[in-house]
Amino acid sequence: MKSHRNHPLWFAFALHRASGLLLALFLPAHFWVLSYALNDAAALDGFLEWTDYTVVKIAEFGLVFLLAVHMFGGLRLMALEWLPWSPHQKTYAAGAVAASFCLSTLFFLSAV
Amino acid sequence: MTDLPPDTAPLRVSVWRGAKAGAFETFDVPMQESQTVLDLVAWIQQNADPTLAYRYACRVGMCGSCAMMVNGVPRWTCRTHVSKVMRGGTVQVAPLRNLPVIKDLAVDMDPFFDKWTEAGGAFFPTKSRADAVEPILPETPARQEADAAIECINCAVCYAACDVVSANPDYLGPAALNRAWSLVNDVKDGALDARLTAVSGAGGCHNCHSQQGCVAHCPNELNPTASIAGLKRATVRAALRGKS
Ligand code: SF4
Ligand code: SF4
Ligand code: FES
Repeated sequence: MKSHRNHPLWFAFALHRASGLLLALFLPAHFWVLSYALNDAAALDGFLEWTDYTVVKIAEFGLVFLLAVHMFGGLRLMALEWLPWSPHQKTYAAGAVAASFCLSTLFFLSAV
Repeated sequence: MTDLPPDTAPLRVSVWRGAKAGAFETFDVPMQESQTVLDLVAWIQQNADPTLAYRYACRVGMCGSCAMMVNGVPRWTCRTHVSKVMRGGTVQVAPLRNLPVIKDLAVDMDPFFDKWTEAGGAFFPTKSRADAVEPILPETPARQEADAAIECINCAVCYAACDVVSANPDYLGPAALNRAWSLVNDVKDGALDARLTAVSGAGGCHNCHSQQGCVAHCPNELNPTASIAGLKRATVRAALRGKS
């Protein structure tokens, strides 16, 4: 990584970009599976059985983390741009990651 | 500066030579106490290779002409102590990022200053010398915004740190937009609408990704990201009023 990027808010930017791209890749697959609910319930049940596997549960944990971190990070950026300036951007970015981690861990614990 | 004990190993300083095409050349420079990166470059030019090109003027952090990439980070070299940036007895010095290299460590600052003009960086007076001097109250919110943005020394450190400038050569960049924001908040200025139009075009403030590389590296601790966020709000308000 280039040294001029070595600061916390660049990492926040990279996380927001990476989570956005991964969600953009995942969401079409997600809706495709959901579409089975309309026209092939048996196939949907087949997919849902997958969610019993631990590795799939860990993947779901990752997915919830991506969703949460993209949402909280996005809220931070919207506040930065639309509300009066706050000097605590690093704290907010760290808070967004921490809140996303808590949320996805709660989700994981309720899933296992 | 005082000399360190004579057995102190010299610093290995690699310096960019050439223009866009070129290579790093390494020099051994004697270490001294409280040495700055600019001192290293000056020592090389005075003692090892007089053809080394670089730029500086004040040496005290006022003129903004000595900025270079030091170990990949944009810095004002006259106020950067070697002890702070040295890595295992070596320092790498390169020309500022995002600007065309003229020779060695000297970059062409024209694109940087052209963008100040493009962003409406010139003050438009509303009064003549016949008018009374307008009282400016320091505690008003607009004046405080202007004051926070005004101490820029035009060093282009923020410009070199900005990834949006590298990705979009038309982007006006943090310093020019910061300047525009200080004038937007100047009650004596009479070109508000034209300036808001200038900063909301294709290369304007809405390109900024708010990564705050500019804030992290500005040697004067200015906050161009906050200024740009202010411009984003002001330009949207103007658009809603049908002004830009
Ligand atoms: S906050 Fe905006 S202007 Fe500053 S470095 Fe990032 S993209 Fe560039
Ligand atoms: S805003 Fe800071 S880094 Fe940018 S030109 Fe001005 S003083 Fe230099
Ligand atoms: S030489 Fe003037 S700011 Fe460094």
